[in-house]
Amino acid sequence: MKYLLKDGMVVDPIAKAVTKLDVLVEEGKITAVEHQVEAPDAEVLDLEGCYIFPGFVDMHCHLREPGEELKETILTGTMAAAKGGFTAVACMGNTNPPADNSAVINLIRDKAKEASFPVYPIGCATKGRNGEESSEIGDLVKAGAVALSDDGAPIMNSEVLRRVMEYAQMFNLPVISHCEDIDLSGTGVMNEGLSSTLLGLEGIPAAAEEVHVARDLILAEMTGAHLHIAHVSTAGSVELIRNAKKRGVHVTAEVTPHHLCLTDEAVKQFDSNVKVNPPLRTRSDIEALYEGLKDGTIDAIATDHAPHRSDEKEMEFNLAPFGISGLETAIPLVWEHLVETGILSPVEFAQKMAFNPGQILGLPDRVIKAGYGANLTVIDPRLKLPVKVEEFISLGKNSPFDGLVLCGWPVMTISKGEIKFSRHQ
Amino acid sequence: MNFKRKDILGLEDLSPEEITLILDTAEPMKEIMTRDIKKVPTLRGRSVITLFYEPSTRTRTSFELAAKYLGADTGSISVATSSVKKGESLRDTARTVEAMAADTIIIRHSSAGAPHLLARWVSARVINAGDGAHAHPTQALLDMYTIREKKGGFQGLKVAILGDISHSRVARSNIWGLTKMGAQVRVVGPKTLMPPEIEKLGVEVYYNWEEGLQDVDVINVLRIQLERQKKGLFPSIREYTNLYGLDRNKLQVAKPDVLVLHPGPVNRGIEISPEVQDGPHAVINEQVTNGVAVRMALLYLLMSRGEKDEIPA
Repeated sequence: MKYLLKDGMVVDPIAKAVTKLDVLVEEGKITAVEHQVEAPDAEVLDLEGCYIFPGFVDMHCHLREPGEELKETILTGTMAAAKGGFTAVACMGNTNPPADNSAVINLIRDKAKEASFPVYPIGCATKGRNGEESSEIGDLVKAGAVALSDDGAPIMNSEVLRRVMEYAQMFNLPVISHCEDIDLSGTGVMNEGLSSTLLGLEGIPAAAEEVHVARDLILAEMTGAHLHIAHVSTAGSVELIRNAKKRGVHVTAEVTPHHLCLTDEAVKQFDSNVKVNPPLRTRSDIEALYEGLKDGTIDAIATDHAPHRSDEKEMEFNLAPFGISGLETAIPLVWEHLVETGILSPVEFAQKMAFNPGQILGLPDRVIKAGYGANLTVIDPRLKLPVKVEEFISLGKNSPFDGLVLCGWPVMTISKGEIKFSRHQ
Repeated sequence: MNFKRKDILGLEDLSPEEITLILDTAEPMKEIMTRDIKKVPTLRGRSVITLFYEPSTRTRTSFELAAKYLGADTGSISVATSSVKKGESLRDTARTVEAMAADTIIIRHSSAGAPHLLARWVSARVINAGDGAHAHPTQALLDMYTIREKKGGFQGLKVAILGDISHSRVARSNIWGLTKMGAQVRVVGPKTLMPPEIEKLGVEVYYNWEEGLQDVDVINVLRIQLERQKKGLFPSIREYTNLYGLDRNKLQVAKPDVLVLHPGPVNRGIEISPEVQDGPHAVINEQVTNGVAVRMALLYLLMSRGEKDEIPA
């Protein structure tokens, strides 16, 4: 199929430019990016007023398959990703069984092929995500793992993490760290502070994250490994990462849309849809996260899409599982809160959503240039719509944003030259 | 004044006028309890279900008697005897209780916010009988009734809440209610049992009993959960009793006519010494009586249909 994307504003994260250009896509490739492209045999897509971004990558999501297919499957998760404006995703290995061996990685890749969507599996750093013995990292890499992480089960043993980092370095694989000192977080269910005091809910102090960030940075500095800090949520973590980057530590970091948009005051109604780990923090943390995005301390925005069954979430706050179904709201949330408000420019948005996550995971084709693979995310900044949870493709309807009116929705997602989602008729 | 609320979930959103109305209404209720025949037909034909996810004898009995004295029918579901133990979710239990046509549900739950979810899910009225460490509005109201009865009012009164503030729903509800009514509230306890930023609720924080209990009019002693020691929140029961257990010695620094409250059940000799518990300052048994009266008042205010349901003299 041959497509001509007419009159869109093409965002270039490398040249840091936004230019009105036509983009010709054929046979999975971008074949022309020019002021006026003529292609009589191509299907013309009028994108006047829309931004054309390099294909967005969600570098942190949970697709739940294998093992928890009532929460999500690779098919529903990737369809949700496409609708959410993502052209590729990296999925965490906390499946059942966990992705600590090549068989599970192969299964994920097979299912992704059936769904015909690029899914990059993240392998478990340790066997069974126990934080004790390293998994067969070489085998995971051979099967296609693009990073290592035990995600929600942080490696508490510093010696184990040190060796995982050293070993992963041989394969140029980033180690993704969910930073949480589980003794300090204990049985906490929300941010520790005035809100937890008012609500009588057990708190998770900012220090539970920061202690681990500090330790992991020290180990990354010692080993020279590439450390990627998942879902940074506190001002203290931002500062620690900023300083480490200044020292030359090979560290990258991501933040989620919900940590950028909501504070712990949102817990007030005891709605478990705002129960996430790390927990929603305070206004001053959000300000620090903005600052971290602006100055490059935080490289990427990732959803941490964590779908759950409705009956699991419709529970007492402390008993419900952590997580937000985020794939289908990430783009308009960030657009409304950060791009529309001028905190991030469209170019910076392209860096955080496409180019940087692509660099971190070593994924190809995150620029819009002739000769590159055609991965494109088209956003209409004028499109204003309410979030409708019942229209989610994701099986996880657990979103605190239902009914919220947002602007800047994805209107077209092209992955490897194919239109995976389109609002255009 | 009209009392127009579906539920009583906490004191946080009650106005001083509403609190006064509840306390005023409890006075005639207390009188009913002294009658030969302690039953009025005011809430006849109305049903009250107690839904308790935590073991409790006094609070449940207090609510049940309150409902019965007003003529309502009562039923109870508890963790030990119902399907709750078989793993039925709160959501499904809410559907069940709703289907039984309960008019009012009294819920106690170890999870903060459970009554709020229930109130959203059912058309029945919901009264919070204690949710986790969050709120225990009827306990605070009965504490306030007792204080008002003895001290005449709240304005300028110095009230110390002593013990494990972190895990206490009684402390939180007392703070909301008492500060609204003009009392000066202070919390006294070890730093490890003090929730963060509690001072933002308008209370003074003391870690030292000598300062914290100085010249106070009321001391509300909290029950210490002995398992907190296992979590490292204080070194030993002995040390807790030494530093925070209310005994005759510590009582010396308070006003001579200080009132001593305790929500019960008491760990005798741990958070309060036997001589104080059984001494002239303690009003612990009166609190229990007032608890029934205050709960009658709440049931009446929530469930009566105005003039048709006058309390017969």
